[in-house]
Amino acid sequence: MVLPELPIGETVESGVYWLNDNLGFLMDIFSDIIDMLISGFKDMLLFLPPIVFIALITIFVYLISKKNTKLAIGTAIGFLLIDSMGLWKLSMETIALVLSSALVALLIAIPTGILAAKNETAFHITKPILDFMQTMPSFVYLIPAVIFFGLGNVPGLVATIVFAMPPAIRLTNLGIRQVPVELEEVATAFGTTPLQKLIKVELPVALPTIMAGVNQCIMLSLSMVVIAAMIGARGLGYQVLVGIQRVDIGQGFEAGLAIVIIAIVLDRLTQNLTPKK
Amino acid sequence: MIEQGVSKQEIFERTKQTVGLYKVNFDVYEGETFVLMGLSGSGKSTLLRCLNRLIDPSDGHILVDGDDIATMDDKELREARRKKMSMVFQGFALLPHRTVIDNVAFGLEIQGISKEERYVKAEEAIAKVGLKGYESSKTSQLSGGMQQRVGLARALATDPDVLLMDEAFSALDPLIRSEMQDELIALQDKLKKTIVFVSHDLDEALKLGDRIAIMKDGVIAQIGTAEEILTNPADDYVSEFVAGVDRTKILTAENIMKRPDPVVSINAGLTVALQLMKKHGMSSIFVVDPDKVVKGILCVDAAAPASKEKKEIKDVMKTDISIIAPDIPIKEIIPIMAEDALPIAVVNENKKLLGVIVRGSILSALAIKEED
Repeated sequence: MVLPELPIGETVESGVYWLNDNLGFLMDIFSDIIDMLISGFKDMLLFLPPIVFIALITIFVYLISKKNTKLAIGTAIGFLLIDSMGLWKLSMETIALVLSSALVALLIAIPTGILAAKNETAFHITKPILDFMQTMPSFVYLIPAVIFFGLGNVPGLVATIVFAMPPAIRLTNLGIRQVPVELEEVATAFGTTPLQKLIKVELPVALPTIMAGVNQCIMLSLSMVVIAAMIGARGLGYQVLVGIQRVDIGQGFEAGLAIVIIAIVLDRLTQNLTPKK
Repeated sequence: MIEQGVSKQEIFERTKQTVGLYKVNFDVYEGETFVLMGLSGSGKSTLLRCLNRLIDPSDGHILVDGDDIATMDDKELREARRKKMSMVFQGFALLPHRTVIDNVAFGLEIQGISKEERYVKAEEAIAKVGLKGYESSKTSQLSGGMQQRVGLARALATDPDVLLMDEAFSALDPLIRSEMQDELIALQDKLKKTIVFVSHDLDEALKLGDRIAIMKDGVIAQIGTAEEILTNPADDYVSEFVAGVDRTKILTAENIMKRPDPVVSINAGLTVALQLMKKHGMSSIFVVDPDKVVKGILCVDAAAPASKEKKEIKDVMKTDISIIAPDIPIKEIIPIMAEDALPIAVVNENKKLLGVIVRGSILSALAIKEED
């Protein structure tokens, strides 16, 4: 018996082209917004000379991590190293990409997570979509992104947003569902409106879990931003890609090291933002 | 379905839903502490949660000041929860991200009261439960007893008419629990709130409750004061339930005293007194004045020789007798009895004789229950 060949690939392809033809104007608006966001962050990060910026960020890290001297010194050394490797501009570009994509991803993910925690139907709809998003190889996102947005930073960012969103949605949902029943009852028994309950009880109690989602989201953004260099995203990822193409071990390693430094600093920083119980 | 005479078991089989409560009818009077008492699964916590509709009853009415909580819409219900009733939880249920004072002020914050005003009220509530000085502490730094004081202060801060307390002291260790019970009683003497207290601990119920409802399988088996339930259990379940109670703490002089009969008037002669004792087979008799005020006790071994010497009752009676008020528990009577073999007089505030307690009355009061 010969199984009929289902035209899944063709259907998806024609669907993507249809979206591109008919919703192109929406894509353009979206593209403009993201472009603005990226250049905004980039201008901000490159506004100060590297040395001044490193001094400021070191003080900032020191204060926000509740006087964690080790972390502050590590941050200073790491960024100085990046500057001395001549990768400052590219690194700031990468950070700008990470911040933009994480920001957009969280703006979508946290409300979606809250909705999924509150509404069983929403939960059952989001669950398979999240599974799909997380298990689909990340490279696959790059293809429709290119069709919709061409080559450059914007499609890279869109693919990154899609890739980085799921854990933030999941952990927001989980955090709110894990709020102890008695605390929910306290809120209700004292006569909260649903919004008061969310803002004054559920979100604060779920905050450590939500912050773990934020951390995950930022880390995944960073890893994807590097891959997104394949469709023209700038920054350190592009440097790595060039290193691969030219088999330039030195260049590839330097860029890789810069990415590691950025990853560690961002990770420790977001972990320190999480309130301890 | 219950009304159609279908059994609980059958309802469960047909609908896969358990009947939590049915035919539960009770009044709670203003200013009283009403204890809902029962084993786990008896429906006491469910019943409490029906009162503020944390659990929505499928049928029936809950009247507070004449307003039916059960039929209120969301807005009215919120208002009632904010102003009329508040709740204390078994697991304390403090908000971990807030300080003590912000926890206590939670109810007021929900009502939209300004920060200054709610802090003033919260501080008052904190002082009431004896936590002054801990306002800015983190709740996780406090001991269990102190955490529940915060829970109590939070419930008091909104100045509700009704306090719902769900096994409020069950999670505390016995010493702290007893201390908290005493403090609740002291607070209640001042505040006169209407308290509905859920407990699975009978001693606690008897200690705190003005009246107690004993619940079994979603119905109320008996409602009554502690004495009523102990001395007159409604059915086998209740009597079994109260079998293990330390009766000496609950039963009072009033419950066990005998009628003061006979007594002898202080103006009567010794011969009359001796005759009364002989007739009733007693070795002593209380001496009273015409207003039934106790004057002393006359013992047969003192009266017999004295009657031959033509003395009067007031010359030979003992005046340093033990007198007690009717609300003294047996526990405190036993040591008095142990010291002095003579009967004890139970008197009212005017020293009028209400009854007598002899050794036998205590023993029989305690023994009766064992027979049941």
